Amino acid sequence: METLKGILAEHPFFRGLEDRHLELLVGCASNVRFDAGQFILRESEEANQFFLIRQGKVSVEIFAPGRGPMTILTLGEDEVLGWSWLVPPYQWKFDARAIEMTRAIALDGKCLREKSEHDHDLGYELLKRFVPIVEERLTATRFQLLNVYEPHHR
Amino acid sequence: MSTNPITDSGPLLALPRRQPMVPEPYCVQRVRQETRDTFTLELRSSNGAARPAFAPGQFNMLYVFGVGEIPISISGDPTSSKALVHTTREVGPVTKALRNLKRGDEMGVRGPFGTQWPVEQAVGSDVLIVAGGIGLAPLRPALYAILANREKYGRVVLLYGTRTPEDILYRKELERWRARFDLNVYVTVDRAVGAWRGNVGVVTSLIRRAGFDPQNGIALVCGPEVMMRFAIQELQKRGVGTDRIYLSMERNMKCAIGFCGHCQFGPSFICKEGPVFRYDKMETFFLLREV
Repeated sequence: METLKGILAEHPFFRGLEDRHLELLVGCASNVRFDAGQFILRESEEANQFFLIRQGKVSVEIFAPGRGPMTILTLGEDEVLGWSWLVPPYQWKFDARAIEMTRAIALDGKCLREKSEHDHDLGYELLKRFVPIVEERLTATRFQLLNVYEPHHR
Repeated sequence: MSTNPITDSGPLLALPRRQPMVPEPYCVQRVRQETRDTFTLELRSSNGAARPAFAPGQFNMLYVFGVGEIPISISGDPTSSKALVHTTREVGPVTKALRNLKRGDEMGVRGPFGTQWPVEQAVGSDVLIVAGGIGLAPLRPALYAILANREKYGRVVLLYGTRTPEDILYRKELERWRARFDLNVYVTVDRAVGAWRGNVGVVTSLIRRAGFDPQNGIALVCGPEVMMRFAIQELQKRGVGTDRIYLSMERNMKCAIGFCGHCQFGPSFICKEGPVFRYDKMETFFLLREV
């Protein structure tokens, strides 16, 4: 039977993590499932989790009055949802909703923050994995802002 | 074989006619609106001649009498003998005039010109096609050619990114391609509101999902230059060698035969030694701010 520790060890996000750190993570992890259309997190709510998507598709959205939800990004299998749990005041900046039935591993951010305070190596390993994702999404956002597909006139 | 340092797209399958500066008369057979600002022209020779052979990646000079002439990539099927097909965006006076042509109207065509996508060299390899916006049009003939000999290739993946769901080019064809078991198609848009249930994000974010062999695969990239730069960075990050990445470049092509120098790019003329280049042969110039 597939154990939670085995799933975490196999996930690309945690690849190469030491066994003792995996043990610490398991204590903060749980399997979760969201139906299509179900909100996973809501803007301005407390951000105390992140999710490793195992199956399905999630849209990261913002709601604008008069315009409805605007999708900023979609995430799929093996991707990571949520980093606001790392940054005070630990509040979600966007909504996230399952576009189709989605299975994920939820990791309790509060639990991980506490464990990282006691084990800085764990905190460092987590940051090493989150910073490239933040950089990648920042770059992608800048690319989107450039609106490169719009014809330019000389 | 060319000795130019930035050319390596193989021999041309289709050469321009003996008088490459003289346009041949063609009739508009069909004009199809693809998106808000893009359209496809289907042309047939006015004198009943067969459609000239062309290689995927090549372009023609399209001449609207009394308005002007512009280079447009051929976007039709090289394995079919039917009409000459071009897809373009309505941006300037010539493309506006092209859009206003009606069935039966006559225009001039010179070509085909330029280098081709390495469809032959890719036999036996995985092929990753990365297209942005209207950059899908010059890549479509390469995909047709690959699909016509599908068994000769490894995994074939098409990644397509565009601005919004309304800007998706060849939508019905993309849906047909997506339904195939031997082709992986991923489409993404930069922004979406409302009922869109597909991917949102930049096209380069799809590269990690492509699942192709970076050591032996070949990547064909076409789109705005900024998008190509981001795509190359991502491909390199995934281990794709610069000698396995091919780009299609666009410059101000006028004569199309390397005489006038309008499309000079470093030591090459895009019209003659391009538009398709192997990236390692032109990396130095591609990264310069003004060439």
